[in-house]
Amino acid sequence: MNEMVDVLIIGSGASGAAAAWSLADTRMRILCLEQGDWMKPSDFPSNGRDWEARRYADFDISPNRRARDTDYPVNDDNSPMKVANFNAVGGGTVMYTAHYPRMHPSDFRVRTLDGVADDWPIDYATLEPFFAENDRMMGVSGLAGDPAYPPHQPPMPPLPLGKTGARYAKAMNKLGWHWWPSDTTIATTEYDGRAPCINLGHCTPGCAQGAKASTDITYWPHAIRAGVELRTRCRVREITTNEHGMASGAIYYDADGVEQFQPAEVVIVACNGIGTPRLLLNSASSRFPNGLANSSGLVGKNLMLHPWPQVFGYVDERVDGDRAPMLSIWSKEFYETDPNRDFVRGYTLQFTRGTGIVNEAITSAAAGRLPWGQDHHSTYRKLFHKRLQIGIACEDLPEEHNRVTLDPVLKDSHGIPAPRIDYVIAENCRRMMEHGIARAEEILTAAGATNLHAARVALNSPGHLLGTARMGDDPERSVVNAWGRSHDVKNLFIVDGSIWVTSGGVNPTSTIQALALYVADSMKKRLATLFD
Amino acid sequence: MQNEITLSAEETRDLRCVAGVMIPANAEFDVPGADDAAIFADIVASLGRDFADVRLALGRLAALGGSPFADLDETRRQAVAASFQAEAGAPLAALSRSVLQCYYRDDRVIHSLGMEPRPPFPKGHVLEQGDWSLLDPVRTRPKMWRDVP
Ligand SMILES: Cc1cc2nc3c(=O)[nH]c(=O)nc-3n(C[C@H](O)[C@H](O)[C@H](O)COP(=O)(O)OP(=O)(O)OC[C@H]3O[C@@H](n4cnc5c(N)ncnc54)[C@H](O)[C@@H]3O)c2cc1C
Repeated sequence: MNEMVDVLIIGSGASGAAAAWSLADTRMRILCLEQGDWMKPSDFPSNGRDWEARRYADFDISPNRRARDTDYPVNDDNSPMKVANFNAVGGGTVMYTAHYPRMHPSDFRVRTLDGVADDWPIDYATLEPFFAENDRMMGVSGLAGDPAYPPHQPPMPPLPLGKTGARYAKAMNKLGWHWWPSDTTIATTEYDGRAPCINLGHCTPGCAQGAKASTDITYWPHAIRAGVELRTRCRVREITTNEHGMASGAIYYDADGVEQFQPAEVVIVACNGIGTPRLLLNSASSRFPNGLANSSGLVGKNLMLHPWPQVFGYVDERVDGDRAPMLSIWSKEFYETDPNRDFVRGYTLQFTRGTGIVNEAITSAAAGRLPWGQDHHSTYRKLFHKRLQIGIACEDLPEEHNRVTLDPVLKDSHGIPAPRIDYVIAENCRRMMEHGIARAEEILTAAGATNLHAARVALNSPGHLLGTARMGDDPERSVVNAWGRSHDVKNLFIVDGSIWVTSGGVNPTSTIQALALYVADSMKKRLATLFD
Repeated sequence: MQNEITLSAEETRDLRCVAGVMIPANAEFDVPGADDAAIFADIVASLGRDFADVRLALGRLAALGGSPFADLDETRRQAVAASFQAEAGAPLAALSRSVLQCYYRDDRVIHSLGMEPRPPFPKGHVLEQGDWSLLDPVRTRPKMWRDVP
């Protein structure tokens, strides 16, 4: 039997790492169980000539296609948006694109301001010190002074504009619309042992240079030095409870597939918006027949995935393509609610640079732009490294019918029931998408692009998995309280994207990690009365 | 993901033939076709996760043509290829991905596009800084975020 630990964290991704690091200064015995492996920079695709092909193989964003033995399958057949994730030390941050906007102050007050969904029990001001601390730990590159945000100072300068960014900037100035260099977690200088970006271009499937901040190279080395233990290839099947209805630990399968029990005084779940409800639902018992922490019935419900249309076109000269990070600038021109529009809330425009040699061919062939036969070559040369592309990060509002349940048939390699997703895009969101597509087309035209296309149906899955164990003050309307503690099980905490109340129109990881630091800090402040 | 099973001789012949129909050699750009021996060997060795769907694609092509694709005359191949493309679906996607991912990593093809045949790491690329004075009009904008109660 494993020795008792004070704190057991399940999941070592964006939030689990931040929580582990923050709690380490308590000197408690902290253990993290992670189903995945440590990643080696030398294994990342950009080391080899097959770098693009591997994005459709062992570095595919879908766990179903990737199908590493550290992955679990997800039944997402009943959703127009598919699940993207990565299961390893660092979780989704190994596989993210490192766009790093914070939520805006209005995002925490959508009911008060716009009469929809619910307000959060906390606000931007509460999170502000944790945003700053997280920016420092992850190493954010950006530029202070964005009029779309309350003041903040990223620790490193922004990524260069490049040819593509400058084209976008001129177009936005012509239209009189807001733009700003994106905050990213790509190091533009040496930072905390990380080398600066050298424009490998393929940031999403892991950065061979180590310039992209994934938590395996940011939080984890610090947390481990401070005494936290991280056990890899340990897949948790269920959280156990004792006769007092408190969490007593977790049952997991170790690297050899052997079932183990890990006792713990406190359990923190950090498995993301799909993995967390899956684990809680798999932890049903006679005392908690509907799943752990689920007296509200909301575990798994209100899944938000951020519909994300992509609009792109082609210019008549070669621009940056994949010879730089995908990220360049953002626009918040259409972020806040405008009563003159036919939808509430808004979106971020995320301007990206283009795509690689292989990916241009594959996506263009799939869309019918790239013919078979002799015309293939001349057509391809009109596309290659000439693409401008804008993503529209639409706020997804919570709806209970969008949900994660346990699939009755599908199981992972340990026989643990897999999650099933049921999700539809709401009407408000569809109107927002159309508005964003029309604006993106105006921008691309102003930037000199022609041959415009909008991907509405095959929506890019941004891997934003939110809302399935929401926070709130009312135990009947939420799963955890305002500082991440389960209403039902007083020594069970959740720190990942599942505790989100609404989704904002931004990539979530900056806010997920600020929240994790805030929850950990709240725990530290209440150590003597944590279970009251 | 290694495939225990491999394509039959007939399937291999059809795959090579359809790869050449998809991307024929071109003298103007000085590039080989996707049925070039080295490229085709790479395609066959790299089917990986697409193996089953590529096999379905080859089966479908043969069914549409009424005989192995490679046995059809040029006109009939074009017609069958067009029908197959019109049907779309996972087999077509897999077939085209399998061909394109190998074609566009061949040294000769990369050179013809004016690129260096090398992985991104460790050399990387240079990204020009760009003109940051473009930001001046945005800097002077009033605050855009909403105050909250
Ligand atoms: C392709 C892609 C691109 C993205 N780009 C961006 C971006 O540009 N900007 C941005 O902000 N966000 C981006 N994201 C999203 C970002 O990765 C997530 O928001 C973030 O990682 C979520 O953090 P988390 O802590 O909630 O969960 P994760 O980081 O997903 O961590 C969960 C961890 O829990 C582990 N786990 C799950 N279940 C178990 C179990 N039963 N036992 C043991 N371990 C378990 C998993 O292996 C994983 O390591 C992207 C995601 C993807 C996939």
